[in-house]
Amino acid sequence: MSFVSIFKNRTGIEKEIDSFLNLASESGLIFNQGIDAFLGNNIDAFSEHLSHVVETEKEADTLRLSIEDLLYRKTLIPESRGDVLELIERMDALLGRFKGVLFRIEIERPDIKPQFHDGLKNLSDCVIQAVESTTLSLRSYFKDISQATNHIHKIAFWETEADKASTSLQKAIFNNHELGLDLKMQLRDLVRSIDKIADHAEDLGDTLAIYVIKRSL
Amino acid sequence: MFLGWSLGANDASNVFGTAVGSRMLRFRTAAIICCIFVVLGAVISGAGASHTLGKLGAVNAVAGAFVVAFSAAISVYLMTLARYPVSTSQAIVGAIIGWNLFTGSPTDSNALSKIVITWIACPILSGIIAVISYKIISFFILKRKIHMFKLDEMTRYGLVLMGAFGAFALGANNIANVVGVFLPVSPFTEIELFGGFCVSPAQQLFFLGSLAIAVGVVTYSRRVMDTVGSGIFKLSPVMALVAVWAHSVVLFLFASQQLEQLLLDLGLPTLPLVPVSSSQAIVGAVVGMGLLKGRHNIRWRTVGGIAGSWITTPIFACLISFICLFILQNVFQQTVYLP
Repeated sequence: MSFVSIFKNRTGIEKEIDSFLNLASESGLIFNQGIDAFLGNNIDAFSEHLSHVVETEKEADTLRLSIEDLLYRKTLIPESRGDVLELIERMDALLGRFKGVLFRIEIERPDIKPQFHDGLKNLSDCVIQAVESTTLSLRSYFKDISQATNHIHKIAFWETEADKASTSLQKAIFNNHELGLDLKMQLRDLVRSIDKIADHAEDLGDTLAIYVIKRSL
Repeated sequence: MFLGWSLGANDASNVFGTAVGSRMLRFRTAAIICCIFVVLGAVISGAGASHTLGKLGAVNAVAGAFVVAFSAAISVYLMTLARYPVSTSQAIVGAIIGWNLFTGSPTDSNALSKIVITWIACPILSGIIAVISYKIISFFILKRKIHMFKLDEMTRYGLVLMGAFGAFALGANNIANVVGVFLPVSPFTEIELFGGFCVSPAQQLFFLGSLAIAVGVVTYSRRVMDTVGSGIFKLSPVMALVAVWAHSVVLFLFASQQLEQLLLDLGLPTLPLVPVSSSQAIVGAVVGMGLLKGRHNIRWRTVGGIAGSWITTPIFACLISFICLFILQNVFQQTVYLP
């Protein structure tokens, strides 16, 4: 493989990783809009956001495969290749979780009472912030490794906030005597599945923290 | 030729071992670059270090020169089999001393002490250069916020450039080990090529020796490359680059007549032009950076093994040389020295 082709591959993969991270960031925003639309009983807008998330996830999948292909076929960054691959795959899994939660809502159409709306929006915001911090950490890992730790620290912060929001929301659900146990359990599962996204973001952040140490000069 | 082959098999690993070990360069690419630049370095700039070796002991019979080269080659070959990056310089010095002892010729203690001091100075100097260079490069990388893939690309270019420089310096400095002992008994005469370009007998010898080195690189250097590349301390690609740089600078410092002249012109103290060990230079650089990253990262067992082989190699070569000279003179009735 000539050096000219290595150079081309490298600019290509830099762009692809950037685009992939853009899609991850975008997915979070669409997810938030989807939750808002559902809580506002705007089902058409919700369906639109759902299909947008599905498209974004599909695009991210294609990019992930192309990144993997370039990394391995062209033997780029041999010492960090495995690490980068794992990070990209786990980020892609996070995107899948956004899609999964929206599909769950689409299938189950839970009856979410207005008194839970603020709690759910707050939880969703915390989760989005956690994922956004993960995206920023990953960007720093590639471009400016000295800044990565700052962003990783924020992932942990937003994950804790998401945990707090989730706990208080679940308490509120189970303390409500108007709801039947079936609905309570359905809502609890929904809240947990949203909170899980932040948990996974934190796990990714922990792994990234190790890779940052590995790469630190 | 055998010694040249052994040197190629062993010392090419010093130039490209870190690059191949960190998987930044393919073995084939590394071998091709190494071969070309070793030949160039030997022919263009090989004379400097040869003179000091000549002073140590003027082996004045072809059979004697053969034994000296053969003993050094056997020592290096055995160490290569054991995967240790040994010093061809040490082997040849040991073998020449064996010849001196056998023939009763005096060993120039001045030249010997000069050479032995560089054996100690070389890894230390290389380690210091590596640590300083690494500090500067990491500062630059962090300051300029270089993208991971851009850095990967720059490191690969750097490894090729530094590797070429290292191979050139290796050819220039270590060719003396391969053919230095044959210089006084060279059968070649000056050849005039087209355009009045003259190739001296020494350059013809250097060319032949460097070809043997090239064959050694291609056929047998892979194993020691693995030891240097990942055996002592797991190197990152940037560290690999710095290691090759430090190694090449040290070799160049001890081989360049032009640099010596420049220092003389500036009224500065000069470095002795002696064939230093490229193995010591690279191991010094790798250990230096390992220490920078924390002592516990270094496999001290491997370092101990390598350092041990540096002590045993010259003694071993001296012994083999002495025994072979005895056999050649008394069993095969060959003239191994002219009184």
